[in-house]
Amino acid sequence: MKVLHIARNTFRECVRDKVLYNLVIFAVLIIVSSLILGAITIGDVKQIIINLGLSTISLFGTLIAIFIGIQLVHKEIDKKTVYSLLSKPVARHEFILGKYLGLSMTLAVNVCVMILGVYAAVLYLRHSFQVSDVQILLAGVLILIELMLVIAIALLFSTFSTPALSALFAFCLYVIGHFNTDIREYGLSSDSWITEVVASAMYYLLPNFGNFNIISRTAHGQFISSHIYFLAAVYGLIYSLGLLLIAMWVFQKRDFK
Amino acid sequence: MPQVVIRTEGLSKTYRTGFWKTKPVLALDNLNLEVFENEIFGCLGPNGAGKSTTLKLLMSLIYPTAGRAEILGESVFNLEARRHIGYLPESPYFYEYLTAEEFLSYYGSLFGFSKSELKSRVDHYLKLTDVFHARKLQLRKFSKGMLQRVGIAQAIIGDPKVVFLDEPMSGLDPIGRREVRNLILQLKREGRTIFFSTHILNDVETLCDRIAILNRGTVIGSGTLNELFDQEVSRVEVVISGITVDRLRDLLGPETSVSQTGCTSRLELQAQSLLAGIVAEIEQASGKIVSINPMRQTMEDYFLKLVGKPERRATPRPKD
Repeated sequence: MKVLHIARNTFRECVRDKVLYNLVIFAVLIIVSSLILGAITIGDVKQIIINLGLSTISLFGTLIAIFIGIQLVHKEIDKKTVYSLLSKPVARHEFILGKYLGLSMTLAVNVCVMILGVYAAVLYLRHSFQVSDVQILLAGVLILIELMLVIAIALLFSTFSTPALSALFAFCLYVIGHFNTDIREYGLSSDSWITEVVASAMYYLLPNFGNFNIISRTAHGQFISSHIYFLAAVYGLIYSLGLLLIAMWVFQKRDFK
Repeated sequence: MPQVVIRTEGLSKTYRTGFWKTKPVLALDNLNLEVFENEIFGCLGPNGAGKSTTLKLLMSLIYPTAGRAEILGESVFNLEARRHIGYLPESPYFYEYLTAEEFLSYYGSLFGFSKSELKSRVDHYLKLTDVFHARKLQLRKFSKGMLQRVGIAQAIIGDPKVVFLDEPMSGLDPIGRREVRNLILQLKREGRTIFFSTHILNDVETLCDRIAILNRGTVIGSGTLNELFDQEVSRVEVVISGITVDRLRDLLGPETSVSQTGCTSRLELQAQSLLAGIVAEIEQASGKIVSINPMRQTMEDYFLKLVGKPERRATPRPKD
């Protein structure tokens, strides 16, 4: 229960810090795009609007996950609010978990509202839904799991580093994670065994964000097998859990000077 | 024999500073303390003496390099023991986006109270700390004194047996200081034990049952105020009229501590035994004794004597 109280307060902090204002920008973007595309596009407008909508959800979510995530713990230490909080019967790992869930809840609300926006835009343009449109919702769920992984990365860095460095590390990891498969293929095609070993190690150790990349296929209405969703979701959740455990361990060991 | 509520044995903390964390800085050295039930215990010392380090160790916010600390017979790392502890950090900054009511509800919820109990506790402590009228106001709009009172309210929301206050009067105006002082006395009346750190000597004199004086991470004096001051020799102040300072110096010697205030002169004697002879000499010289005031050593005298001059006590501390 304590975890949920901390999560609730983190959610409230995000809302009062006007994090959800990005929804307004998203709404404007989707409405304007729908109106313009509806008027000028001859081909499949729906494909463009889904692609634009899901990509924007991912982009906005990633920016929030990194830039709020890196401050989650650091701000509490910097402002010394953690002193009074941890003097209550709250374990340090409960604090970390609560902060993580709080930002995850914020992004879940963000993604839900945005997905509804995409559905509204599709309905406006096509006046009906197709069975394959359920994949928009599934893509939204996968984006949320991807964002939860980004939060875990940002949170881990924020337990021991400054916000600037944490942002840099988290962003680098996010970018590398998107090219993970390319790095491995480069290693496999290399003549040097050292390059191959390093590339393989990076492939297996660093997060592979390519697993979550189904936006384009969703937009094109291609069938995506349920096991792809399932494996990507399990991968994201297990990886996030691993990072959270490390963050909890680091936080447990540190002194609040 | 009163129950020991806080006990530290050989408690020490060394910080490692520098890029490679190789340079040791001693923040607290071999602290042995016992604080008894329902007393106000003051931890006194100059800036950088180790007061906040002591409190952070007791709150398990930092780990000791050596030694141990217990509160109510339990290790400070025992999570359940924290149900009986309240803590107000130094210069507290609370969640400024919350109202006072939301803030106390949040902290109270961490104790697992039922909704109705939480509500009644929040109202009670808002009233006790005199911020009930501002309960719907965001903390960012609170004055320093109000924030300090809300800080005390959050420290006691769980009805703790022991309350730790780190520099509770720091930065407050005289009215704010009096309000906080009254709150501390109220907590004592309610049967709680209060451990507070300060460098404001007046607070120690008016509030504390016992004190410990820290300097450079070491206890250099501890006990009740009477125990500490009775060890010192009393001085005597003699106020004289009808005789000039120069004439007094001629009579008593040039090294005599004399000062002129308006039409009277003030003479300070280091021992009472000198008094009879000097009074006789002044009367012979047609001087008039206005008053004779035995001077007890002040807290400030004692503190400065123990701690020494500022330049001697400066100790590099790790950056917070």
